[in-house]
Amino acid sequence: MILLWLILILFLGGALAWVSEALDARMPRIVALLSLLVSLALILWLWSAGGADVRTPGGTWWILDSWVWIPRFGIALTVGVDGLSLLMLGLTVFLGLMALGAAWHEISKRTGFFYFNLLWTLAGVVGVFVALDLFLFFFFWEVMLIPMYLIIAIWGHENRAYAAMKFFLFTQVSGLLLLLAILCLAYFHFAQFGRFSFDYFALQNVVLEGRFQMWVMLGFFIGFATKLPAFPLHSWLPDAHSQAPTAGSVLLAGVLLKTGAYGLIRFTVPLFPEASATFAPVAMSIAAIGILYCAKLAFAQNDIKRLIAYTSVSHMGFVLLGIYAWNVYGLQGAVMTMLAHGLSSAALFMIAGGIQHRFHSRDMDKISGLWSQLPALSAMALFFSIAAVGMPGLGNFIGEFLSLLGAFQANRTITAISALGLIFAAVYSLWVIQKMFHGPYTIPERVGQTAIPEDLSRVEMLCYSLMALGLVWMGVYPQSFLDLSAPVLGELLQAIGALDGELTSATINGGALR
Amino acid sequence: MSGEQLLLLLPIILVTATTVLTMLMVAAKRSHAVSCAITALGLTLSLLSLFIVIPLAPQEVTPLLRVDGFSLFFTSLILLSGLAITLFSYPYLSNLEDHQDEFYLLLTIAVLGALVMVSSTHFVTAFLGMETLSVSLYGMIAYPLHRRETAQYPMEASIKYLVLSAVSSGFFLFGVALLYAQTGTLHFSSIASALAGMEGSVPPAYYVVATLLIITGFAFKLSLVPFHLWTPDVYEGAPLPATAFLATVGKLAMAALLMRFISVSGVLSSESIVHVLSIMAVFSIIAGNLLALLQSNLKRLLSYSSIAHMGYLLIALLTLNALDGNLGAEAVSFYLVAYVLMSLGAFGVMMAVSDSAQERDHIGHYQGLFWRNPWLALVFTAMLLSLAGIPLTAGFIGKFYIFAAGVQGAQWGLLFAMIIGSAIGLFYYLRIIYRMLTPLEEYEPMPEAGLKELLPHCVLFVLLCALIVFGVYPNGLMSLLETVVATL
Repeated sequence: MILLWLILILFLGGALAWVSEALDARMPRIVALLSLLVSLALILWLWSAGGADVRTPGGTWWILDSWVWIPRFGIALTVGVDGLSLLMLGLTVFLGLMALGAAWHEISKRTGFFYFNLLWTLAGVVGVFVALDLFLFFFFWEVMLIPMYLIIAIWGHENRAYAAMKFFLFTQVSGLLLLLAILCLAYFHFAQFGRFSFDYFALQNVVLEGRFQMWVMLGFFIGFATKLPAFPLHSWLPDAHSQAPTAGSVLLAGVLLKTGAYGLIRFTVPLFPEASATFAPVAMSIAAIGILYCAKLAFAQNDIKRLIAYTSVSHMGFVLLGIYAWNVYGLQGAVMTMLAHGLSSAALFMIAGGIQHRFHSRDMDKISGLWSQLPALSAMALFFSIAAVGMPGLGNFIGEFLSLLGAFQANRTITAISALGLIFAAVYSLWVIQKMFHGPYTIPERVGQTAIPEDLSRVEMLCYSLMALGLVWMGVYPQSFLDLSAPVLGELLQAIGALDGELTSATINGGALR
Repeated sequence: MSGEQLLLLLPIILVTATTVLTMLMVAAKRSHAVSCAITALGLTLSLLSLFIVIPLAPQEVTPLLRVDGFSLFFTSLILLSGLAITLFSYPYLSNLEDHQDEFYLLLTIAVLGALVMVSSTHFVTAFLGMETLSVSLYGMIAYPLHRRETAQYPMEASIKYLVLSAVSSGFFLFGVALLYAQTGTLHFSSIASALAGMEGSVPPAYYVVATLLIITGFAFKLSLVPFHLWTPDVYEGAPLPATAFLATVGKLAMAALLMRFISVSGVLSSESIVHVLSIMAVFSIIAGNLLALLQSNLKRLLSYSSIAHMGYLLIALLTLNALDGNLGAEAVSFYLVAYVLMSLGAFGVMMAVSDSAQERDHIGHYQGLFWRNPWLALVFTAMLLSLAGIPLTAGFIGKFYIFAAGVQGAQWGLLFAMIIGSAIGLFYYLRIIYRMLTPLEEYEPMPEAGLKELLPHCVLFVLLCALIVFGVYPNGLMSLLETVVATL
């Protein structure tokens, strides 16, 4: 029941925020803050209550609830939480708070409707992370799109109509492929067991023949890879990110992209182990291409938000690499990268948004030498850029290192090529720092030259500090996160075995990380 | 005909009585309000009479009509749509510089035709119903004829519809005649048995041609590609209530009749007919969506989108006989319910801001509607999202049903066409929504006549509730449909 409450609080909070605008323009953000804090409290409570399994002895499901919804198709409201879901939920709500912080001063028009959309997006994402009925999963998968579309289309920047439309079309079309694949699976359950079912556990029993399994798996893969996004389905992301308001970018980069990776870990590989094994080299190659190609593209940008967007695609490549390595290091690396990248990219987008808010421009050619005027902002930018590069001691390093370690066992050539991405990352990050924050102080001409823009506000400072703290925690003591996901990943590995047969026992038992 | 059989026809009789009563009232004293009230009351009574009829069904009433769960379900749907359009018409027509009463007369006669169509299992009644519906529609489309400055469009639309409708009736009749020559029967169910009696497993070419001619007749009325050319012009030229009627009741009755014809006569056992229908479906989906892409007139846009939606419907129709269980028939019925809801809603919003002096059917009229009239914008957005098949709306469940039926029937090519079509469709639905979100510096004032009336807003509220209830908790409707299509 608690999971349903978690979703409902966000839905209701959103509706309440919209209505409360009638009282005062500042009310919506307070309502949003309260509902997010309540959600965070619920998640922390779940985390501390922890542990005992409810489904099978020795299993990993902490909570599993089910209610009948549409019996005609065997659809139920099945929601559950295990360590992996809980990590994602924590990330979602935490970044929801950060997005709220980013919007706090930036959004001044139609605040009620904005916070409505913000909370409904988050509700959709929370739903995605807890749904264990594939119909319900798809339902939430789509529910988060409309509010996100509205956030980009209403509060976005100059080219928002195009960006919002592109975002929606890409995700919706890949979503329809996903729906088709889900229905195929449900139908084969019907053919083999005599009734429709969308239940995650029931569908794992469906036997699909080789080629058909590959097709259905591809439907799932395309659906998730578009969201991730993986090369060559990534082209919506730079547009959506650069045009979205800061809070929208934070949600997109921090949370929405992670739903794709989560879908791959939770659904694609466990439901189609054989097809995934065949497909793994292709997926890893896609990841490697994405890492290098998007790093190169990032270097070619002069729009700071587009640059960060391309680096996002590049970093998400490590997630894909880790997942399809399918051993304990790779998966743990993927999960850690998801968490760390969620924080670092969200922070970088907030910095870019802060710069845009102060100078009304995102053009790196026109802005330089910010360090002399805005030391706090610049220091934060340096910190998070270095985190994104993968500096040891910060979360991203742990994630990418583990991903590469796992991938190395699965495919050495691809791993070696992918590792070059780390060098590129250092190049473009330092280039940005050098270009924007060092050198003589110049700002776009439209902005009054005499007025010195304000440095970080208290709300901004609080947000950046929290995220920096999170990254340091992940970097210095990652065990607290690894412990949560280890049992889940371990069980997945045990149930399916490694995608590459030879390494099975070594990777499962030899996992020092468990 | 026994008394009980007469009782079974009660909905049809009550609608006929309404027609007569309206006509008599017009002869005695003209009053717009009274005519509208009589029509609404008559349709409501007819709807209520279903409670008497339901326990008696299913039965054959003469060889011509069959009253069963299927026909009663669609009867109620047609009556409800007719009622909604009646209520929408009242404020719309109230400033017409002409007599308004005859519009309601035509509307009830058209409803009568539609009711006969959904109950018919015989070509004679099917044709009679079709013609009754079409002939009244000619009048409804050309209704605002005496208004000098705008008269040319309704006239053009009406003539166009008349000519093409007559041609389609010709095709239909020719097909029926050929089929009769082959089988010696006009009853749907005896066609199948007559054919089974013939030698050989392959149906003779004669029969295939006859069926294709009949299907051509249907395709004209359902505006499937390549018989769709009349649709945008007629939708655009007709006054909004007539457009809404054509788009909902017209399509509904036709689709229900086609569904019964296909499932009873078993024509899908012939490969070539399946091929022709599949090709029509693909072309309707792709062409309908592509043509809608850059329309800036919402009536034209919705007309092209209706072509695409009928294409989606055809996918489910094609699986009618192929499946174990009745999934195909359920999918068609559910999609029709959703389609009627969202079309009525979309046209309803347009009617709420239009009147017969000025129709607001250009996309520019709706710019910034979100900030001017949030309520109407909300309803319109919900209807458009439903047309696009986004969750939380009935349109999503409808699309889900069609996907399920298509997967079960292994119609992969058609499903991919549907995915591509939906993608294109999203673009133009979102375009309207985006325009509604974009604020304008200065607003042209909305007409007072449309906004001050409470009636259309109440209907819109009911439609919105139904849309969301069927989208979130479709259980009730699904189990109803399971029993309904079982009687088919």
